Amino acid sequence: MTFINYAAREINCKIVFYGPGLCGKTTNLQYIYDRTNPSARGKLISLATETDRTLFFDFLPLDLGTVRGFKTRFHLYTVPGQVFYDASRKLILKGVDGVVFVADSQEARMDANLESMQNLERNLKDHGFDLATIPYVLQLNKRDLPTAVSVDEMFRQLNFKGEPTFEACAPRGTGVFDTLKAVAKQVLMELRKK
Amino acid sequence: MTDFLLFDEEFHLIKDVISRLKTDAQAKVVFIVDKNGQQIAAQGDLESLDTTSLASLTAGNVAATDGLAKLIGEKEFPVLFHEGERDNVYIAIVGQRVILVVIFDERSSLGLVRLRVRKATQDLEKIFITIQKKIETEKDRKDLDSPFAEITDEDIDSLFRE
Repeated sequence: MTFINYAAREINCKIVFYGPGLCGKTTNLQYIYDRTNPSARGKLISLATETDRTLFFDFLPLDLGTVRGFKTRFHLYTVPGQVFYDASRKLILKGVDGVVFVADSQEARMDANLESMQNLERNLKDHGFDLATIPYVLQLNKRDLPTAVSVDEMFRQLNFKGEPTFEACAPRGTGVFDTLKAVAKQVLMELRKK
Repeated sequence: MTDFLLFDEEFHLIKDVISRLKTDAQAKVVFIVDKNGQQIAAQGDLESLDTTSLASLTAGNVAATDGLAKLIGEKEFPVLFHEGERDNVYIAIVGQRVILVVIFDERSSLGLVRLRVRKATQDLEKIFITIQKKIETEKDRKDLDSPFAEITDEDIDSLFRE
């Protein structure tokens, strides 16, 4: 649910990075934070456990500049990927405008990818959203690992509506901004339709 | 899902209410956040505060507490209070949709804040009902000057240029 503030001439959108545990959601945000001009970003907040696993969410506010006289702000969130944090995960999806699904390319994590995607669909539904229609981008992360499943195979298993799909290696930044740009574009295009 | 639209008139009304609340409750900062973590308005000593992060964390806090409430069979916990060594945070839910946050120190007291928040909450509820009605009317108006109706691919690409 986009927040359009006509008084302050601002528009605020919420994007959530979803995916199984340790797939690289926080790493995506960390890279965006590191590579964004400090004047265009706020603090990166991580609510993590002592072992650096996301406990509740990471949050990064980004100022993308001005469109048609409106300041465009994106609030990026990650969810905790571990299965047992489902209650928290669901809370983060409240009012979401666009979703990035970060898939782990390792063969051993394919089941976890599928399970997480089903979980995303169910949790979106509980908030009244439909995965089939919400702005959505798929990221195939960890492409640099030797155990990575082929892109074709991942595409076949995970891409279900022809959504924009990007190969990524989040610590190096490969594909990170392409993913962000694609989801932001869909969110803004959605506003045009309304 | 309908977007949340905020227009000049109501924005100023909200600012008046929270400005009055800040004075009456002798608070340092008063701000309003929607339940999704977007800041709507703020008043007070904001220079030393990261209000964007505050808004997001407040909403996370309220969302988690709401979850807790439902688990034990409550509808919601309409008030949350965090007591610190110097500063305290008083959080109240307004009309199940927005969150009112008051930060205060020893110059005020929990009793005073609670009393003043009660009155402000009633005023804010009325304003947010008006906003909701306005959003419902506006969404059917085709002539509403939407800044995004004619947004182009180029506009969007320009946001991402280095």
